[in-house]
Amino acid sequence: MRLGSGTFAACCVVIEVLGVALFLRGFFPAPVRSSSRTEHQAEPPAPEPSTGASSNWTKLPPPLFSKVVIMLIDALRDDFVFGSKGVKFMPYTTYLVEKGASHSFVAEAKPPTVTMPRIKALMTGSLPGFIDVVRNLNSPALLEDNVITQAKAAGKRMIFYGDETWVKLFPQHFVEYDGTTSFFVSDYTEVDDNVTRHLDKVLKRGDWDVLILHYLGLDHIGHISGPSSPLIGHKLSEMDNILMKIHTSLLSEERENLSPNLLVLCGDHGMSETGSHGASSMEEVNTPLILISSAFERKPGDIRHPKHVQQTDLAATLAIGLGLPIPENSVGSLLFPSIEGRPVREQLRFLHLNAVQLSKLLQENVPSYKKEPGFEQFKMAERLHGNWIRLYLEENTSEVLFNLGTKVRRQYLDALRTLSLSLSRQVAQYDIYSMLVGTVMVLENPAHPNSRWSELDVVILLGTMGHVLSLGASSFIEEEHQTWYFLVNTLCLALCHEIYRNCFLGDDCEPWRCSHGERGFVNTAPALQDGSIGHDELEPHRASKSPASLNTLRGWEKWMAMASPWVILTCCRLLRSLNQTGVQWAHRPDLGHWLTSSDHKAELSVLAALSLIMIFALVQRRCSLTSKVAMALGLLGVYCYRAAIGNVLFPWQRDSKDISKGLIEARFVHVFVLGILFTGTKDLLKSQVIAADFTIKTVGLWEIYSGLVLLAALLFRPHNLPVLVFSLLIQTIMTKFIWKPLRHDAAEITVMHYWFGQAFFYFQGNSNNIATVDISAGFVGLDTYVEVPAVFLTAFATFAGPVLWASHLVSFLSSETSSGSALSHACFCYALICSFPVSAYIILVTSLRYHLFIWSVFSPKLLYEGMHILITAAICVFFTAMDQANTKS
Amino acid sequence: MKDTDIKRLLYTHLLCIFSIILSIFIPSFFLENFSILETHLTWLCVCSVFVTAVNLVLYLVVKPNASSKRSSLSYKVTRFLKCCIYFLMSCFFFHVIFVLYGAPLIELVLETFLFAVILSTFTTVPCLCLLGPNIKAWLRVFSRNGVTSIWENSLQITTISSFIGTWLGAFPIPLDWERPWQVWPISCTLGATFGYVAGLVISPLWIYWNRKQLTYKNN
Repeated sequence: MRLGSGTFAACCVVIEVLGVALFLRGFFPAPVRSSSRTEHQAEPPAPEPSTGASSNWTKLPPPLFSKVVIMLIDALRDDFVFGSKGVKFMPYTTYLVEKGASHSFVAEAKPPTVTMPRIKALMTGSLPGFIDVVRNLNSPALLEDNVITQAKAAGKRMIFYGDETWVKLFPQHFVEYDGTTSFFVSDYTEVDDNVTRHLDKVLKRGDWDVLILHYLGLDHIGHISGPSSPLIGHKLSEMDNILMKIHTSLLSEERENLSPNLLVLCGDHGMSETGSHGASSMEEVNTPLILISSAFERKPGDIRHPKHVQQTDLAATLAIGLGLPIPENSVGSLLFPSIEGRPVREQLRFLHLNAVQLSKLLQENVPSYKKEPGFEQFKMAERLHGNWIRLYLEENTSEVLFNLGTKVRRQYLDALRTLSLSLSRQVAQYDIYSMLVGTVMVLENPAHPNSRWSELDVVILLGTMGHVLSLGASSFIEEEHQTWYFLVNTLCLALCHEIYRNCFLGDDCEPWRCSHGERGFVNTAPALQDGSIGHDELEPHRASKSPASLNTLRGWEKWMAMASPWVILTCCRLLRSLNQTGVQWAHRPDLGHWLTSSDHKAELSVLAALSLIMIFALVQRRCSLTSKVAMALGLLGVYCYRAAIGNVLFPWQRDSKDISKGLIEARFVHVFVLGILFTGTKDLLKSQVIAADFTIKTVGLWEIYSGLVLLAALLFRPHNLPVLVFSLLIQTIMTKFIWKPLRHDAAEITVMHYWFGQAFFYFQGNSNNIATVDISAGFVGLDTYVEVPAVFLTAFATFAGPVLWASHLVSFLSSETSSGSALSHACFCYALICSFPVSAYIILVTSLRYHLFIWSVFSPKLLYEGMHILITAAICVFFTAMDQANTKS
Repeated sequence: MKDTDIKRLLYTHLLCIFSIILSIFIPSFFLENFSILETHLTWLCVCSVFVTAVNLVLYLVVKPNASSKRSSLSYKVTRFLKCCIYFLMSCFFFHVIFVLYGAPLIELVLETFLFAVILSTFTTVPCLCLLGPNIKAWLRVFSRNGVTSIWENSLQITTISSFIGTWLGAFPIPLDWERPWQVWPISCTLGATFGYVAGLVISPLWIYWNRKQLTYKNN
């Protein structure tokens, strides 16, 4: 049965993938939705409640504003407008906020703070689930009820300029639109000029009702150089001028038409201190929301501080403002200041409409809705409202009416707040059933093999135990890279200790059997750690095979072996300061930012060129001639590609300003990647036929590995190329001076590969936060967004570290002919060590599902783990295929 | 092995622990605003000096390895100088390791170095006292079955437990509790101190517990 263990493990991982998928389905809940999706058009608006005399007002109230302009600035953080930057760079907006006819709010965006879910939240008023981030790239048309659809149904003419996402979400809604793509993050002037150039023309024409402008430039600046960049100031003043232009034009038009217009200035999400977004820090979540209209008169000296509201509240407010039904899935409550100037009857009518809509949503989503405090408050308010209407219709204009009106209004506002809150909370409920089934399926995995395997694997499980336990704390998940760096360093020190003992004492020749009590202190690694216990435990196995020692090495090699752990440690330290990730120390200056800033383009170019040369030098030694040539040309192509898209400099043409997408160069490299992979596969197949020739298989595997390296070199940002170099360097050093001379067991080598793979995942600049995924990798060599290759390339670029280390493991183990079952054994260990943390994490997440940080910290990590297990499954299948080939030949 | 030996070991260890406790309380009589967390560097220096002094005194009084054949003054002086150089080297060595583990390279150099000093005090100083500047002997003691006396055995235990304490001390740093002791390198130095104290307590007990099984080549 030992033969099948690898296959068995691969099957288990595949089952585990299904389990995780099921769990994810259960974990990411179906958002709060109204069931009456189709017939909502026919439904009449709720009439005014009344007791006794019937009210004659059953139609929807007329629109409050004749024209609405929504100016959405991507990544507009609240302090860009209300803070010192706003005072400095946006004088007109500051004037409007402080003295003008406006209402300003700080709107809180719920995570994920990514553009598409935010647009959905603004327009539907509902909270998009976390899974929407994954769908962010190919946003399909929005089918949910939303303000834009309602406005179109009401015959409003809408014009849109800005981010293409809107056009995708609302494909047939705009009478006129011009979508700009956010493909080139490095461009921050043209994206906005493309929006502004239409403005003069459109403002002069009066043939529209709603104008939506979505400016992307600020977000792009944030991504390039962060929120403290001087570019931000320029952009803000540009935005201020545009706002002034729109506002004056609206005002002059109002003088002719006499009906007020509304200008909304808002941001979709904020910007973290590093300039990215996606998570839930205060800077990313808080956005300004300013409603400007001459209807919001204010007396001099009336100071209005920006109130904290939810982003979802805008949908209901806009719907009321335009005289439309409120989107049925909206969980927001009307921004009351915007209707404060209306007569009391209208105010109450609007509040009632909003409350009816919310309570209906509550009825459809909560079975015991009658017990909800919000619902009770609503019923109470409705009754009081009826009384008020009766008094009003009786023409009673006394103090009583006014007091009752105030009371009803307060009651409604309370009800709205409670309803909105309880609906938002609904989103955090889970489909426990599918979570349970998923967990059971995942758990089934480690349970089986444990009974059949020696203590060797149990020890390896202990090695990762610390890591698994650390997954229970949100900070350790945020800073998981620290855990891995720490473990890898400790591993290096343990290896160092082993090497030194081997060199100076050579005591490995005598098999060591100790009494149980002595074990406590025989391990003298400078930092005692589970992994190094593993080595001592495993030694009997190794010693029985053959005396492993460094004595087989020649003089200088011995010195190299002794220096190698320190070289590796130094490499790791350098890589650690290349990309600062995580949360707490992410803002620290790092080499990566230094290199990518435009002042250091020359240094970056030199570094990229050197790295590519180093990659070639390290990879070529075991390739066949054809793939050597292909590799060299491919790496040259990588440099050309980076030069073409403007990341690095061409040495021979200094002044090439034109930035292209680099399609030709990238496709050129893609061709070589495919070529090398093809050669490798061909060699592998050949080794199947000619059973005797073993070297062909080794070369074939190495070629597949080098093809992956080339692909990674293409997809990595230029400043990340050293990561690839160091990964190759460490692999070479470890192979030559540590694994081969010390004759480590396949299981140990597998664990080391896994640990290094994880560490390199973070060295690349990844973290357990969706915002760090480098989506641009998915567009390398593609003209437009094509889903399958884009997803594949992004996934590969993100998980390049683990994948490259795993494929090195395969090629290393099959080049070591000594033991036939090494591959299947390694496959088993790899499957085990990857799936153990996932299973444990799933249990942890299930028990922590009401944790405060479940959305911001645990959920993204869960998505990462799901993806990781999928990739592990692919690797294990590859392992098994190699193993089968091995046993056949 | 005699029980008296173990008793002597226990007393010396208790003295070491006492010196650490003194290093916490004595400076507050002389210095204003002294506390472990706020004036951490001062405490580190004081603690390091105290522990070194106690170790030296104990070494001179107890003389666990009475095997110095030559006793000329020049020999003693060179030996002492060698010990100092070894101590400094171990400080730098630990400093390098901390930086490799991710300690900041340029900022907080003094903090990191003093951390290296205190760890050297807990580990290198006892080694130097007991074994002298003799790398071969060190390697022997820190390998399997290399110990030849209860003193070396306890040295092994205290050194390893100091290292483990330091290693574990790094764990709370990423947590977001925002406590003053989570600042680099306070949690690590505290971890090292706790590890050292634990080693001092555990080693006599452990040796007493296993006195039947333990047989040393020279005994």
